[in-house]
Amino acid sequence: MALLGKKIQPMTKEDWKELLLKNAILIVIFLIIIGIIIKEPAFLSTTVMRNILTQSAVRLILAFGVGGIIIIQGTDLSLGRIVGFSAIISGSLLQRLDYASRFYPDLQPLPLIVPLLISCAACAVVSGVSGLVVAKFKIHPFLATLGMMITLYGVMSIYFASGDPGPQPIGGFDNRYTNFVIGTTLGIPNLVIYAVIVSIVVWILWNKTTFGKNLYAIGGNPEAAKVSGVNVFKTTIIVFIIAGILYGIGGFLEAARIGSANNGTGNGYELDAIAACVVGGISFSGGVGKVSGAIIGVLLFTIISYGMTFIGLDQYYQYIIKGAIIVAAVALDAKRYIKKV
Amino acid sequence: MNKILLRMKGVTKSFSGVKVLDDVQLSVRPGTVHSLMGENGAGKSTLMKCLFGIYQKDAGEIYLEDNPINFTDPKHALEHGVSMVHQELNQVIQRSISDNIRLGRYPTKGLFIDEKKMKKDTLDLFEKIDIHIDPAMPLHKLSVAQRQMVEITKAISYNAKIIVFDEPTSSLTDKEVAMLFSIIQKLKKQGVGIVYISHKMDEIFQISDEVTVLRDGKYIGTDCVENLTIDKVVNMMVGRHLEQRFPEKTNTPGEVHLSVKNITTKFDPQIHNISFDVRRGEILGIAGLVGAGRTELIESIFGIRTIASGEIYLDGKKIVNSSPTESIKNRFAFLTEERRATGIYPLADITFNTTISNINSYKNKAGFLQAKKMLIDTDKQVAAMRIKIPSKKEPIRSLSGGNQQKVIIGRWLLTNPDILLLDEPTRGIDVGAKYEIYQLIINLAQSGKSVIIVSSEMPELIGITNRILVMSNGYVSGIVETEKTTQQEIFQLASKYLHQKREAI
Repeated sequence: MALLGKKIQPMTKEDWKELLLKNAILIVIFLIIIGIIIKEPAFLSTTVMRNILTQSAVRLILAFGVGGIIIIQGTDLSLGRIVGFSAIISGSLLQRLDYASRFYPDLQPLPLIVPLLISCAACAVVSGVSGLVVAKFKIHPFLATLGMMITLYGVMSIYFASGDPGPQPIGGFDNRYTNFVIGTTLGIPNLVIYAVIVSIVVWILWNKTTFGKNLYAIGGNPEAAKVSGVNVFKTTIIVFIIAGILYGIGGFLEAARIGSANNGTGNGYELDAIAACVVGGISFSGGVGKVSGAIIGVLLFTIISYGMTFIGLDQYYQYIIKGAIIVAAVALDAKRYIKKV
Repeated sequence: MNKILLRMKGVTKSFSGVKVLDDVQLSVRPGTVHSLMGENGAGKSTLMKCLFGIYQKDAGEIYLEDNPINFTDPKHALEHGVSMVHQELNQVIQRSISDNIRLGRYPTKGLFIDEKKMKKDTLDLFEKIDIHIDPAMPLHKLSVAQRQMVEITKAISYNAKIIVFDEPTSSLTDKEVAMLFSIIQKLKKQGVGIVYISHKMDEIFQISDEVTVLRDGKYIGTDCVENLTIDKVVNMMVGRHLEQRFPEKTNTPGEVHLSVKNITTKFDPQIHNISFDVRRGEILGIAGLVGAGRTELIESIFGIRTIASGEIYLDGKKIVNSSPTESIKNRFAFLTEERRATGIYPLADITFNTTISNINSYKNKAGFLQAKKMLIDTDKQVAAMRIKIPSKKEPIRSLSGGNQQKVIIGRWLLTNPDILLLDEPTRGIDVGAKYEIYQLIINLAQSGKSVIIVSSEMPELIGITNRILVMSNGYVSGIVETEKTTQQEIFQLASKYLHQKREAI
């Protein structure tokens, strides 16, 4: 981030103002965090840090998905529902043999990879359809994914109700599944490890591949990309498919993290993910955004939510603060990219 | 020399029923520069976009080295050796130079991008044409001219057989133009066929081997440059003699009306210390290259841009145009450059488009709009300006460019302005309609209104203005009497401060 920017020339008053303004949202967030620490010094403990990292893990994976779509000047309202879809598919395929109300009573234990792949594939198809609608009919992703969000809720509710016990929360997960998700390896929470792996993969995708270059090119100037022979159609669909796969992974992890899944799982997650991206500098004007930005955005958001709960701040006040942060972040983002006249 | 590299025959293209290309042909020989000429809206860019696969032609054939081709998208064209330097800079300014040059065909090593090769290739290309910029620089840090050179480098990098240059010099300095021409000479030697689109006559005669002229979407003729003179080309372009292109100037400038003193704007692109007077009934032209700050100047007068220092006096009284609303109150009107983007409400009908800027005056006591009054005013403007419309209920986008422009001028006249700021008022308008708009402007000046007109078309400025203010790189480089000046002098003034560094950077 620009806070660490290397300026060799002495800073003028204007430069300072610019620097402060550019990072205003981060500064405010840091002030809030310092406030939390002063109020409750116990916040600075390894347990708390660990919890924050664990809570951030799934959010980060989801933020990468929608982040890619934001880079191409889009957004994704269906994120939460797709996560829920993945959660109920994964959950329904991974219940303990001795659990009383199994979704598929006769299903034998599957290797973990199978439900993960099925969930990811299903989510990739769903999100890919949104991508196709966006690319083919030039419909704004806001509307395409709004439609998908509503449609998918219907689809997943039908699936949810079709299980043997009827529409009941899917629980009683296989221990292998639960351990895989909420266990630890060498003292590090598995979820954190997965988030790190996904971050590395996404970083490579965004920075080292043709797809990544095309992603930024389309986001920065779709017309230029088109006349230079970039396949805008294909790239757009791939962006959505990758998002779908990431939501699929997120849903798979989320079901086990919470310990159950139903047709309401994931509802509203898109807003957290989008907010984190914006706070992390992935701009709605397109063509701009980094993996590190998404990480910073997600971490800061989780720290604040966790911290505010930690000091016992009323939930409703938390909403007010979070909402204000989002609007401020967007306003500052706009200030950065809108040309002054 | 007699072989034909690219042959376009009978190319026809319509947009929503309007034929913009009608049976057009073009033949380009290898190792030659073929200039494509015509006024704005003659169909030059459209023809090239049909070649390049951005538009699909309705009829006609295109042959490249005697093979019939029909590119469905630009990628297809580039792969077959047809590349294009676009008029509008089509670049991803957030990304680096090498990213932009290799856009759409990144070199890869296995799964990953080969950044080293990308950098090296870019440096090699730059060396060939003698440019020295770091390929890792993001484009938003470059000047417009530098970005233009990047675009040209990119076109060359395709090893194309045909390269189309669509107004490549509009933002280049003389030195850079010379550099571009030496690049073009090199390409010619390699047997590349070049299609060159420009409005600048001297360039055309300097660089071309053959010239093809289009007018109103129709093919007019092709000839070797040796057989042509400027007059001949102009006649082909406008279809009548130059003397008849402009109505007689019947306006007589009176007392000083508007006085602009030392205006400097706050934000980029900046204009510096601009001072001038406009007399009542005068038509003042503003000339300059792209990026000279012409639009910025009238935008600051109209209160769109923030002024850091300087004053504006109207009839000797100081006024502050802090916003367009304020300016309209002070009886200014501003016809914007981008008619489609900031002028018309394309789907709204003609009545709406005519009355919208004056909408408050149609309110009755209860605050409701009086439709009848609006219709009467619309009729009045349509008649006064001889706007050709099928009906007042028609959406404005179904009108021709010239008629749209008249509707917008009519809209502004309803606000009863005293000072008209016109930014490229005849852009994209056919020749006949241009004449009528010129007549309209002169009539307005004659009736005592003052007109400031920004134009990139030099003959237009010379044809209808009383004086011309020339801008260069954000400064005023001279104010000349139209009667006593030449295009040559204006061009020289326009490039006067090109090498001056902007203070802001």
